[in-house]
Amino acid sequence: MIEGKDKSSIIQMFHVHKYYGSKKALVDISLNISKNDFLFISGPSGAGKSTLLKLIYLGEPVSEGQVLVDGMNLSRISRKRIPLLRRKFGIIFQDYKLISTKTVFDNVALVLEASGKKRKFIEKKVRSVLRTVGIEQRINALPPSLSGGEQQRVAVARAVVGVPKIILADEPTGSLDSDSADIILNLLKGFHTQGGTVIVATHDKELIRKAGGRILYLKQGRLLGPTPI
Amino acid sequence: MATYYHRAVQDIKDNGFLSAVTIITIALSILIVSAFALFFTNANNVMNYWGKGVKIMAYLKPEISQKNLPDIKRKIQGIYGIQDVNFISKEEAFKRLKEQMKRQSSILMNLNENPLPDAFEISIIESSQHGEKIEEIATKIESLPSIEDVEYGQKWLERFTNIFDLFRLAGYAMGGIFFMAAVFIVASTIRLVIYTRREEIEIMRLVGASEKFIRGPFYIESIIQGTLGGIIGIAVLFITFKLIASNVDSFKHGLFNICFLSPEFYFGIILGSMFVGWLGCYISLKQFLKA
Repeated sequence: MIEGKDKSSIIQMFHVHKYYGSKKALVDISLNISKNDFLFISGPSGAGKSTLLKLIYLGEPVSEGQVLVDGMNLSRISRKRIPLLRRKFGIIFQDYKLISTKTVFDNVALVLEASGKKRKFIEKKVRSVLRTVGIEQRINALPPSLSGGEQQRVAVARAVVGVPKIILADEPTGSLDSDSADIILNLLKGFHTQGGTVIVATHDKELIRKAGGRILYLKQGRLLGPTPI
Repeated sequence: MATYYHRAVQDIKDNGFLSAVTIITIALSILIVSAFALFFTNANNVMNYWGKGVKIMAYLKPEISQKNLPDIKRKIQGIYGIQDVNFISKEEAFKRLKEQMKRQSSILMNLNENPLPDAFEISIIESSQHGEKIEEIATKIESLPSIEDVEYGQKWLERFTNIFDLFRLAGYAMGGIFFMAAVFIVASTIRLVIYTRREEIEIMRLVGASEKFIRGPFYIESIIQGTLGGIIGIAVLFITFKLIASNVDSFKHGLFNICFLSPEFYFGIILGSMFVGWLGCYISLKQFLKA
């Protein structure tokens, strides 16, 4: 059975397995994510939440099964088209993944530079996004000089600046205080309101309760379906 | 392209020491290779200049009579490559010898008869004034029945040509070694830069940067380093050349017509230097930046 099958699917997984050697990280996952979904993937640590996100943006290849993203079959995608796939996403990593030697501006601008946007446009757009996430005053700072909350806001800014179709967030509020977590949640909600699809992997029950989206529960690599919080 | 260039220049600044080492290595390699090129070019010019003065002396057999001379002269003039043929009688030759041996002329006074043969002094057209062609003409002249022997100073010319060829061979070998060394250094530098920036490269890939976007600045960086290395190498050679040329008398008085490399040549060297940068980068990216 495919969970939540819908005509306006943006991500579909068919009997997906992921092994690391003999260890089974994900077992027989089939799911459907619709456009403009706000989906939480929940479960305890080591359940396979991050692995599931990695399979979606091709951070890892599947061991078995098929993944379709916005019409692209990831098992058959050529190496040249991987950047095109990744530009469909804005990814917020658990460890932020900011380039420590580049300023806040350069980190966020990288996404637009990579997609070939003009310098003037980049300048304007990055400033506007940084203003939205409330970190414009730190535009020339290097990431190591920022607090965890500030770094996470930069990561969110980088995720939304290219106007992606989908945001993948891996424990976006994991190490943040509740105020900073609220800011991040509001930014994700804002993106969702504008028509974007948001997929959040988290075990933060408070965040899920506040956001009120669809929830899928993973345990020991298996999808257990919606679960009450 | 402007973005790639901007990022490449920024990378050179960020990795200043590594870039400086690469540029200096390329500059040294270019300096040595172009110094050899300068030597060969000028040695070649000097040999050509000396070659222009080469004349063939064709000595006649003693039994040849005067009435046969116009016929022999005509036959010699009929050989392709001959510019002028002058008859030098044995009396004239003896007179010249006495003039050349002013202090030792008493030795010649004791001779009972003139030992010198009649001869033709033969000059050669410019396009034929090089080793093989001179030898070919000399062989043709020598094969005429009335000619006893020919001389054209071939031995020293051959010896010089042999030494010159040896140097040329050494030059090619040195050029090859320095080319490989420069490529190796550029490749190592790029490898180190890739290593220090591996996290950044991973992040670029995750945000959707294409391989062209990631690799482009590395190529531009290497080509800039190659160009700068080439220009510095040529500039150092030029300054050294000027310093030597203004201090050595034989250069100043035009004894040898020594000149610097032609613009085409040094532009070629700078292009080669850019190629060295590109190749070093290509090798490194192929090995260490697999998608």
